[in-house]
Amino acid sequence: MADLTTNFLGIRSPNPFWLASAPPTDKLLNVQRALEAGWGGVVWKTLGAQIKNVSSRYSAVDYNNQRVMGFNNIELISDRPLELNLREIRECLRLFPDRAMIVSLMADNDRASWHEMIAKVEDTGAHGIELNFGCPHGMNERGMGSAVGQDPEIARMVVEWVMEKATIPVITKLTPNVHSVVPTGKAVVQAGTNALSLINTIQSVTGIDLDTLIPNPNVAGHSAFGGYCGPAVKPIALKMLTTISQDPVTSRVPVSGIGGISTWKDAAEFMLLGATSVQVCTAVMKYGFRIIEDLCEGLSNWMDEKGFATIYDFIGKSVPAITKWEALDINYHIIANINQDKCVHCGLCYIACEDTSHQSIALSYGKPYNTYTVKTEECVGCNLCKLVCPVEDCITMEEHRKGDEYLNWTEYQKRGLPLNDH
Amino acid sequence: MAIANNRLSAEAYEQHFSDIHPPFENREAALVEANRCLFCYDAPCIKSCPTSINVPKFIKQIATDNVKGAAHTIFLSNIMGGGCSKVCPVEKLCEGACVYNLMHETPIHIAKLQRYATDKALEGQWQLFTRKPATGKKVAVIGAGPAGLSCAHVLSREGIDVTIYEKEAKGGGLMTYGIAAYKVTPAYCEAEVDYITSLGGIQILYNQELGRDITLAALQQTYDAVYIGIGVGIARQLEIPGETLAGVTDAIGFIYDIRSKGYPAVPVGDKVAVIGLGMTAIDAATQAKRLGAKEVTIIYRRTQEEMPCTTAELDLAKLDGCQVQWLAAPKEIKGQNGQVSQLLCDVMQLSAPDASGRRSPIPTGNTFTLEVDMVIKAAGQTPFEMLVQQEQLAHRHGRILINEHCATNIPGVFAGGDCVNGGKEVVDAVQAGKDGAAAILKFLSIQ
Repeated sequence: MADLTTNFLGIRSPNPFWLASAPPTDKLLNVQRALEAGWGGVVWKTLGAQIKNVSSRYSAVDYNNQRVMGFNNIELISDRPLELNLREIRECLRLFPDRAMIVSLMADNDRASWHEMIAKVEDTGAHGIELNFGCPHGMNERGMGSAVGQDPEIARMVVEWVMEKATIPVITKLTPNVHSVVPTGKAVVQAGTNALSLINTIQSVTGIDLDTLIPNPNVAGHSAFGGYCGPAVKPIALKMLTTISQDPVTSRVPVSGIGGISTWKDAAEFMLLGATSVQVCTAVMKYGFRIIEDLCEGLSNWMDEKGFATIYDFIGKSVPAITKWEALDINYHIIANINQDKCVHCGLCYIACEDTSHQSIALSYGKPYNTYTVKTEECVGCNLCKLVCPVEDCITMEEHRKGDEYLNWTEYQKRGLPLNDH
Repeated sequence: MAIANNRLSAEAYEQHFSDIHPPFENREAALVEANRCLFCYDAPCIKSCPTSINVPKFIKQIATDNVKGAAHTIFLSNIMGGGCSKVCPVEKLCEGACVYNLMHETPIHIAKLQRYATDKALEGQWQLFTRKPATGKKVAVIGAGPAGLSCAHVLSREGIDVTIYEKEAKGGGLMTYGIAAYKVTPAYCEAEVDYITSLGGIQILYNQELGRDITLAALQQTYDAVYIGIGVGIARQLEIPGETLAGVTDAIGFIYDIRSKGYPAVPVGDKVAVIGLGMTAIDAATQAKRLGAKEVTIIYRRTQEEMPCTTAELDLAKLDGCQVQWLAAPKEIKGQNGQVSQLLCDVMQLSAPDASGRRSPIPTGNTFTLEVDMVIKAAGQTPFEMLVQQEQLAHRHGRILINEHCATNIPGVFAGGDCVNGGKEVVDAVQAGKDGAAAILKFLSIQ
C-alpha cells in the first residue's frame, strides 16, 4: 500500500488532495464534512474586506449531454464576516489537527492591510497562507486578484510586503490570464514566496441563452466575465504548470497544482509535471466530497502498480519528457494500422483522414459495412484516426523509423536534407 | 364458449392494445440515447434502410435540439417515417446494422429516436416542405397506401396536382388496415395521412375502387400520368378441405376488422390456430390472444431457421403466450355442425437443399390433430390478378410488371409497391413511391 502522506513546506497532510479556495471551503460546516470524508487539507476561501455577492453566480458548459465539462463563476471572495471565518478556522484546526489548513488572502492594496490580515490569520494557528493573485472577476475591477497577478512588478511588491510579516509558509496563486505565468512566477519567487499554486480560473463567457439572448450566468438581464475551471481547463493548466516546473527560478519552490482535477489520473498527471499537492474544486461542486475515496484509492493502486512507495518517487518525473519542438526526433515515424477483427466499420477514421488530414485511409465499399485500410505510404503518423476510433486498440500506431539515428530539425536543415515534395 | 366477441372489459382491451413501443419519456431521455450515436460515416444504418434515411444526421440533430431539422431529414427520405418508426422490423434493417452490434452493445434505438422527432412534427403540425410553383400538370394515384402517399407527396412538392383514388374510407393502406393495433393506432394512421396531405396539392377521393368506380382508361383521359399503388389484398387460400367452415377466416380480414370495428366487436375463438409465420401471422396470433383467446397455436411448415418473421416478432408472440408448431402443415379442417372443431396437420420434414440451397418441407406421412374452434389463415396474400388483367396491365401471376423507370406496359401509367413486388414492408413501398414519382417527373420533363 503506497504512502500518500504529503509534506508541503512542512505542512503535513495524510494525502496530497486539498480542497481549493472556493465555495466548498467557505465555512466550518462544509470543511468539517470534507475532512470527515477524508480530504487531506483545505485552502479556506479567500478572506479580505467583506464583500457582497450577486445572484446568480455560476454557469457551465455541457458536452454531448455530459454536464459541467467546464464551470464558470462570478462569485467574489468570502462574503462572511472576517471574525466568524477566523473563529471557524481556529475550531477546524482544533477538530482536525492532522490536516493541512491554508488560508487564502486578498487584502486591500496596501502594506498595512496585508500585515493586519496576516497577523489575524497566523493567530488562528493556520499552517500556511495562499495569496489570491488570480481571481479574474469582480475583485480585479477593484485592482485586486488577477489585476495583481497580471503585473509581475505589482505582484512582487505585494509578496515583499507579505514576506515582511509572515512567519508561516506563503503560497502565491497565479492567474492564467496572461501570455505566460513565468514572469509573475519568477517575480514572486524572487520576492520570497515559499511556494506557488496554479492555475486560478480563466476569464470566460460560457454561453448565451438562445431564447433570451442573455449570456449566462444571468444577473437581471446582464452577465459579466466569469472564471472558467473544471475538466475543460486541465490541459491549459498542465501546460502552465510545466513552464513553472522547467524554469530555473520558479522550479526552486514547491507547487500546488490546480485546474480541472476530477480523478486520481488527473492528479497523477499534475504531480508527474511537478505538483507536490493538488487542489480540487469543480469535481466536488458536481459530486460532493465523497470523490476523495477514489482519488486516494486510485492513486494508491496506481503507485503500487508502478512501484512508487511515496509521492516523492514520481513528482516531476514527466517534466524532462516535454522539450522544445526543435528537439524532437524527425526520424521517428509511425504508421496507423487498423485491426480488421476489431473494426466496427463506423468510418470515423476514414472521414477524419479524408476530409481533414492526409487521405491515407482507403474505403472499400460494402453493404452495409465498408472496409477501411491504411495506405501506409501516405500515412504521416498524425494519430487522428486512432483518436477518433471508438474501439479500444483497434487502431494502433506502429513504429517505422525513417532512420536509425536521432535527428532534430536544426540538424536536418544543417545537412540540407529534402523537404516534402507535396 | 367457442367463438365470441366482447370477451374482455374496456380496461383490459385498453391495456392489451396499448403501444408496445412507448416513446421517450422526455427530452433528456432522448438526448442520452442520441448522444450514444457514433455518427458513423457512410453509415450501415442508412444503407440498411430501404428509403436511405440519413440516420446519423437526424440523430445528431436531435442531440443539438434541432428536432425540426431531424424531422425534415427523416421525412425528406420517408414521408411515412413516423409510422415506419412504429412498424418497421428495425432489428433486420437499421438497428440490425448498427455498429454497436459489432461491439456486442445494444444498438442505437433508432426507431425510438425517429419516433421522438416525427411525433413532435405531427403534434406541432410542423410544415417542413413547401410546394414549388404549379407546373399545371395533374397526376392520378390509385391507392392511398404507403406507395401512393409517398409518390403523391414527392409529386406535389414539385408543383404537380395529385388526386388519389382510394377504395377504402380511410387512407394509409396496410398501415391503417393491416398492422397490429398495438404497433400503430388507427388514430395515428389517420393523423399521419392528414399530415402528409397538409402539404397541399393532394386530394384523396375515398371509396373509389379501380375496376368498380374508376378505370385506367378514364383516368388517362384526365391526367398527365397515373401511378398504381393498389397493393395486394386477397388472402392466399390453403386449398384444403374444410376451408369454408364457419370459424375459418383470414388474417387480413381479421386485422381489418380489429382496426375498423373496434376490439369488442371482433369475435375470437377459445382455441385458435394461425397458419403461417410472417409478420401478418404474428399480428393475427398476438391480437387473437389479446382479444381473449385462451390458446393460440401458430402452424408453420418449416423451422425457425427459415421463418419469414423476425426473432423480435416471434418473441412478441411467445411472450403473449402463443405456441408455435414447427414443421407442421394444415391438411384438413374438420367441423361439427358447420363449425370448425379440429385442424388435422401433416408432420413435415425438410428435404435436402435444392440447387438454390432452399430446403422444401415435405410430409413425413405422420399427422396430428389440434382441437380448435377458429382457424386464421396467414399464408400470404395474392395480388389482384383479375383486376390487373382486366385493366390490360402486363403482369406475372398478378404482379404488375414494370421496367427500370417504374413504367408499366401502358404509356403514362406507372406502378410500384406491393402490387409490383408481391408484398414487402411499408418502408419498401415508401421507396417505391419515391422511385415512381421520380420516374413520372422525368416522363413529364419536369426534372
